Amino acid sequence: MEREDQSIEAGTQQSEGRAQLAAPLERRSFLGLLFGVGSVGVTALISIGVASISALLSVPIVRFVLHPLSAKTTETAWSEIGAAEEFSAITIPVKRLMTVEQRDGWRKVISEKSVYVTKGKDGQLRVLSAICTHLGCSVPWIEAKGQFICPCHNGVFAPDGALISGPPPRGLDELETKIEGGRLLVRYQYFRQLVPTKEVIA
Amino acid sequence: MNQSLTTQEGSKLANRSRTSRVFEWFDERTGINKLLGKALDEPIPGGVRFAYIFGSGLLFLFISQVITGVFLAIYYVPSADHAHTTVAYITKEVTAGSFLRSLHSYGSSAVVVVLLLHVLQTFVYGSYKGRRELLWIAGCVLFALMAGMAFTGYLLPWDQKAYFATAVGTNIASEVPLVGEGIKRLMRGGADMGTLTLSRFFVAHVFLIPSVIFFFVAIHIYLFRKAGAAGPISEDPIAPKQKAESFYPRQLLMDLVFSLLLITALSVFSWLVPAELGPKANPSDTQFLPRPEWYYRPMFHWLKFWQGSQSFIGIIVIPTIVIVLFVGLPFIDRKLERRPWKRPVGVIVFTLVFLSFVTLGVLSYRDDRRNPAVAAQIAKQRKETEEFMRTPFEPETASSSLAAANIALADPLAAQGKTIFEAQSCNSCHGDGGIGTPAGAKLIGVGAKMSPDQLITVLRQPTAKMAEGGMTPLKLKDDEMKAVVAYLRSLK
Ligand code: FES
Repeated sequence: MEREDQSIEAGTQQSEGRAQLAAPLERRSFLGLLFGVGSVGVTALISIGVASISALLSVPIVRFVLHPLSAKTTETAWSEIGAAEEFSAITIPVKRLMTVEQRDGWRKVISEKSVYVTKGKDGQLRVLSAICTHLGCSVPWIEAKGQFICPCHNGVFAPDGALISGPPPRGLDELETKIEGGRLLVRYQYFRQLVPTKEVIA
Repeated sequence: MNQSLTTQEGSKLANRSRTSRVFEWFDERTGINKLLGKALDEPIPGGVRFAYIFGSGLLFLFISQVITGVFLAIYYVPSADHAHTTVAYITKEVTAGSFLRSLHSYGSSAVVVVLLLHVLQTFVYGSYKGRRELLWIAGCVLFALMAGMAFTGYLLPWDQKAYFATAVGTNIASEVPLVGEGIKRLMRGGADMGTLTLSRFFVAHVFLIPSVIFFFVAIHIYLFRKAGAAGPISEDPIAPKQKAESFYPRQLLMDLVFSLLLITALSVFSWLVPAELGPKANPSDTQFLPRPEWYYRPMFHWLKFWQGSQSFIGIIVIPTIVIVLFVGLPFIDRKLERRPWKRPVGVIVFTLVFLSFVTLGVLSYRDDRRNPAVAAQIAKQRKETEEFMRTPFEPETASSSLAAANIALADPLAAQGKTIFEAQSCNSCHGDGGIGTPAGAKLIGVGAKMSPDQLITVLRQPTAKMAEGGMTPLKLKDDEMKAVVAYLRSLK
């Protein structure tokens, strides 16, 4: 009770003559109290009040803002390109169009990508992106020559995607695959061009 | 108490020197001490009371609405195409999204409740008396602005109830003689409700009205401090005589307790009963029965009594009289007498108006229940909303997507052209769907630049500039050529 009367006095001492005198007292009673230096139980109570109000508001807000950290907003899902056995007997690369659905926050972008299903030297199925590693043209399979030949700058690739000649810095990029219930699934990704190693870009 | 205080202060004296030096440094540059002193040392005649908490409660709620609103805008898009999807995304997918949206949505109801309590307290205590006319008017402006916030915010989710309630709301404006149609058009951004309506409401809700509210809150607080706290009903509102107590600390604590109560209640409510979102607005739905938020129900019901030639009286004249009486209260009731029982006319009129509002609201809900057709339709709408809330979030298909491209390819000739386009490896350079690559120009929109004949000519015989870029002449039969051209023209 004493305390409050004091502070009223401090505040009402506005006349010029006493303003000087009152200054140190004011400093203690307001700044001090507010920042916890004055140390009155009231300060603690006020801090608790302000802290709990802010906590109630800020916890959901922080979670709301941090949503992208936990959400798979831009991750590309697996897409099916056909039955696995369909490709078991292939001898040359086979072109397939796959539908890729990409989530972008509250929207989805559906696009069609061409890929080649081929066999590696080990006889394993490999799925290659048709995007040239040089500057990004789509590379067609030229059956007459038994090679992939990029029409843009004559990059040449072997049936398994390995680089044979031309300006591309590396072979055609292999995409991640898996077989589920006999279906061949592919995860479509883009890779950085003009670099010798395969690097995923978002 | 004094004893313990001094010992505490004494023990702090050691580390005070440094902290106080920091504060001194800060204070010399900001003058914060004087400012805080002024802000906190407001004298309250007759002492602090829980009856005085509503003003700060409103300020707190407003700030909470601003904060939650700003963050909701992270994911919201104000366009008729995306608004509903983005609100559904917030509600169904984003972490704590449903909770935050509920806080904001129920916050508006809380504002109305506390606003009414604030008005009620001011009226019962006669705190509008004694040179407080401008203070009261600034409060009335804030009241109207808050009503505007509720009205504009209601449309933003763009679900069925939002759309149709706003259609009704904007229609009322056309009752105003002469300029009514114009006002309605201005609010809607056109003759009908559409994406322009949403843009306007969004800008009003997020930029215009809030900035005016900030301005009037400042005026309201300034005028309040200028006039001083009115104190209890026994106090002289101009020259208070009772012993005053400072706002700080006890009134501040009470205000804080109230704010804490408000946010806790809102949180509990938001947690237990999250705000719903209905199915996306379908303007062609002729069955939908629009119902406004509860605080607009009395007005909504009132309008039902006034149809045809009389509507001008009910919709314009009577409300104007009520508003003028309300805003003019401190001018009409000029006596300094504050005790409610000594000013029966004012109290009775105020009570009657208030009771009519309550009655109208109750009648509105009762009528809906009693009319079986209406009750059935409303139950149906409820079910549709619940169903929509249960279905998982469905992302919107971007317009650049394949699905959209395939619609354009409903033309079989264009579809054949697409096959040829790919077989000829045109896409190797020009990209899938003609989107363009470093090696070849973009073909989207080429149909707008060249006629079909021109296209055929340059495809057969590329211009020098095209040839330089690596384009080779296309050797195709006439009908195949037509198909390719049809496909190129479909690329938009
Ligand atoms: S883009 Fe394929 S070789 Fe240059």
